[in-house]
Amino acid sequence: MVNPTTRSERGDELPQGGDAPLPAVRRRRFLTYLVAAPALTVAAKMGLDSAASPAAEAIPSLPQLPEVYDLGDLIKLSCEPTKDMLVLEVDKDGTVRLFLPRMEVGQGITTAAAMLVAEEMDVPLSKVEIPLSDARPELIWNQLTGGSSTIRTVYEPIRNAAASARTSMVAAASKKYGLPAEELTTRDGAVIAPNGSVYPFGSLTAYAANAELPKLAVKTKSSSEFKLIGKKTDRIDARKMVTGQMEYTLDLDVPGAMPTMVRRPPTIQGSPKEILNEDEIRAMPGVIDIAMVATGVAVMAETFGQALDAKDALEVNWNPGTIDGLSNEDIKARLSAAAVPFTVPSGLTDFIDAEFDFAPVSHAPLETNTAIADVRSDRAEIWSGLKIPIIALQNIAQEVGLSEDAVTVHVVQSGGSFGRRLFHDGALEAARISKAMGKPVKLLWTRVDDMRHGRIRGASHHKVRATFASNQVLSYEHRVASVKTDWRHGFGEAITAAGAEGIGNLGYTQTIFNMTVECPYNFGAVTEVINEPENVILNTSAWRSVYSAMTRGAEEIIVDEIAAKLGKDPYEFRREFLKTDEARAVLEKVAVEGKWGKNMPDGHAQGIAYHQEYRSRTACLMEMDATDPKNPRVYKATIAVDVGRPINPTGLQAQMISGMTDAIATMHRAGLHFEDGLPLEGSYSQFHYARQKNSPIDVRVFVMPPNREEPGGSGELGVPASAGAFGCAYARATGTKPRSFPINFDVDFEPFPR
Amino acid sequence: MPNYTFTVNGKSVTVDAPADLAMLWVLRDKLGVKGPKYGCGIDVCKACTSHLDGDAFNPCQTPVSECDGREVTTIEGLANGDELHPVQEAWLEEDVAQCGYCQPGQIMAAVALLKKTKNPTDEDIDAIENVCRCGTYFRIREAIKKAAAAMR
Ligand code: FES
Ligand code: FES
Repeated sequence: MVNPTTRSERGDELPQGGDAPLPAVRRRRFLTYLVAAPALTVAAKMGLDSAASPAAEAIPSLPQLPEVYDLGDLIKLSCEPTKDMLVLEVDKDGTVRLFLPRMEVGQGITTAAAMLVAEEMDVPLSKVEIPLSDARPELIWNQLTGGSSTIRTVYEPIRNAAASARTSMVAAASKKYGLPAEELTTRDGAVIAPNGSVYPFGSLTAYAANAELPKLAVKTKSSSEFKLIGKKTDRIDARKMVTGQMEYTLDLDVPGAMPTMVRRPPTIQGSPKEILNEDEIRAMPGVIDIAMVATGVAVMAETFGQALDAKDALEVNWNPGTIDGLSNEDIKARLSAAAVPFTVPSGLTDFIDAEFDFAPVSHAPLETNTAIADVRSDRAEIWSGLKIPIIALQNIAQEVGLSEDAVTVHVVQSGGSFGRRLFHDGALEAARISKAMGKPVKLLWTRVDDMRHGRIRGASHHKVRATFASNQVLSYEHRVASVKTDWRHGFGEAITAAGAEGIGNLGYTQTIFNMTVECPYNFGAVTEVINEPENVILNTSAWRSVYSAMTRGAEEIIVDEIAAKLGKDPYEFRREFLKTDEARAVLEKVAVEGKWGKNMPDGHAQGIAYHQEYRSRTACLMEMDATDPKNPRVYKATIAVDVGRPINPTGLQAQMISGMTDAIATMHRAGLHFEDGLPLEGSYSQFHYARQKNSPIDVRVFVMPPNREEPGGSGELGVPASAGAFGCAYARATGTKPRSFPINFDVDFEPFPR
Repeated sequence: MPNYTFTVNGKSVTVDAPADLAMLWVLRDKLGVKGPKYGCGIDVCKACTSHLDGDAFNPCQTPVSECDGREVTTIEGLANGDELHPVQEAWLEEDVAQCGYCQPGQIMAAVALLKKTKNPTDEDIDAIENVCRCGTYFRIREAIKKAAAAMR
């Protein structure tokens, strides 16, 4: 346990505030937590991992926490008490419906869930529907979509539920037709009798629901029997999407819910003081109502166009926000001052010291914050894209003064999240407005507001020190200082609940950092510590891959620099220093398939990087043309991914392509400039998320064959390795040492008015 | 308020609306045509891309008065009944959509491109400005090439 403890000891010195306890308490609590939660698992696996150190030359690093017990394990543990409380129903027409207590935002989890059901129930995929479950408070923590944990947490429970439903169908047929159960089989949504008679599940469902059925043992299939799991499968909702039939929150028809928009303050977390021209606004065409709420002034109108005009015409006096007057440079200075000192002195051996900066980034899902709310005196109903709907329900109930069982929260499939919809800002605001106006509301945030007042990944500053001597890396230290990440959406409580008392006291940030970020190389003494100072408070939420894209991205850039100092090829160096053969396998895959080391024209280069997290591994090899250093183009990417047990390779590949695009966007051009307490950026013409012209023309994603029973996570996995590959390719193509991202970060636009 | 008459996906409609009301809100809020999506409202994200007399246009920045007497086609009007447009078919074959929110606009942009340019080059495809925040660009590219081949 030495290494995690070491990391916590470093943490002891951190000047943390907020949810962190006094320093002296923290280490004891940290140990408490390790023992309290996964004691046996940790102990058993630790011995194994430290014995298996394959790189003979390198100085083995002690195992880091994510290698033995990661965030996903903890989320899984939090789901454990209610994991089997899934609702699965079989219709008379044979349709099987599993209500998924998770949130689809584009990751393809409904398709994967449908595959699990179809596989275990022996029904055709086309007969399976996966509606998203309304908020179900009785599930406690088992309705949380985050940390790339969905497949990890539902893989067994869904298969159990489907296998149990299949067994019920067999039992029903056995009883109804007087046939011995052991002679019955199932195929294509039907029970098959020995004489060839076919009894469709739909014809058995009513009987199964009413009859006293014989108790049969429920058995899920072994992976060797899988016919569908592991096969390339297209999205079950694709046709709706390409025909315009897919319904997002604002496409729903809720009687009486009229278009509503909010005028927001000129600085982050400001609030309205007084409306100066209410009568004038009420007289504008189409305007129905106006209400002041905590976050701004809401206007309801016949159409969104009219609501937009009216809210723009509002004149409002505002109270100040939390970062009035603050700009990117101030935030950077505060972060730089907050980084914890290194422990290994420089100068005794060869060393590299480096500092990195990553700009703030908007989640910017293409569907902005949206919600429908109908709050009455005795009940409320909410529709919105919510990744933690139970907490949304509880907060909304409290806010509008209703008991929790008087509030219904419908989870609506959404146009992206990337971490944004962990929070329920839109739903809460819509509920407040509905209560204030006494009418159902259909709330849309403008893009400008979504980018400026929506949540973001805060800026981070990184200090890295690596020491090395004669072909060996002696130490690797990484100090992260980041704008405080807001974990108050319930995720923090979920892991606290799972991990016993100690976690909350460690601070969510340090805990989550410890459980997700790991150096995959044998770099001797490794310490990685994060600090989030209390003097920059703005609207944040975990952004796809949370701390890893920056921490691991920067680390991969330094890996190249260490290799260069030791006179080694970046690929060969990684091969030698990676801790495991599984890691080497994905790295080798991209090196071979992507032709590592081939001749490149001047100004072009390859970059290679590796990442592991969520019990999965990936490597990325990019080819870049940086002849115009401000506008490099990644024109080819080769990615290998090993999730242990792929469910749907097509969806997995999609996630890797998506993560790669996020990496290219945030390393190249996408960032926010805070100026005087508000981002300047207000649309995609200013926040330069990647477009088609920034995307590689050739992308190949290799899915490694299954090598484990349990699937690892993948939703966020693609970002860090691609960020690293981008940085390394850029450094090699330009002969520079990139340290600040995005690399092209000019204010090349006229900001919208506040 | 003035009346405007135009066709939406082949059907003639008349709406009563202020002259400067953006077509996106006329379609979505007055006519219940929800395929075109709001992503920015200022002709930047292209999520609302539809066709006006067969050419790509962005209803979020086109006042209803400009559509009077003209033909509007949205994603809902692209297929011929159950028979999908080859671009929609290619989108299914490449399993392009992730969250799907940008895809009506992406598809309408691709259809407009292929109408003018039968064999688009990578540069032609690069010129499509529609934002896909899920980063499906590579599959969009492949799907456009596939559709172009199918339509030859
Ligand atoms: S909503 Fe029309 S271009 Fe963005
Ligand atoms: S598929 Fe989500 S924005 Fe394109």
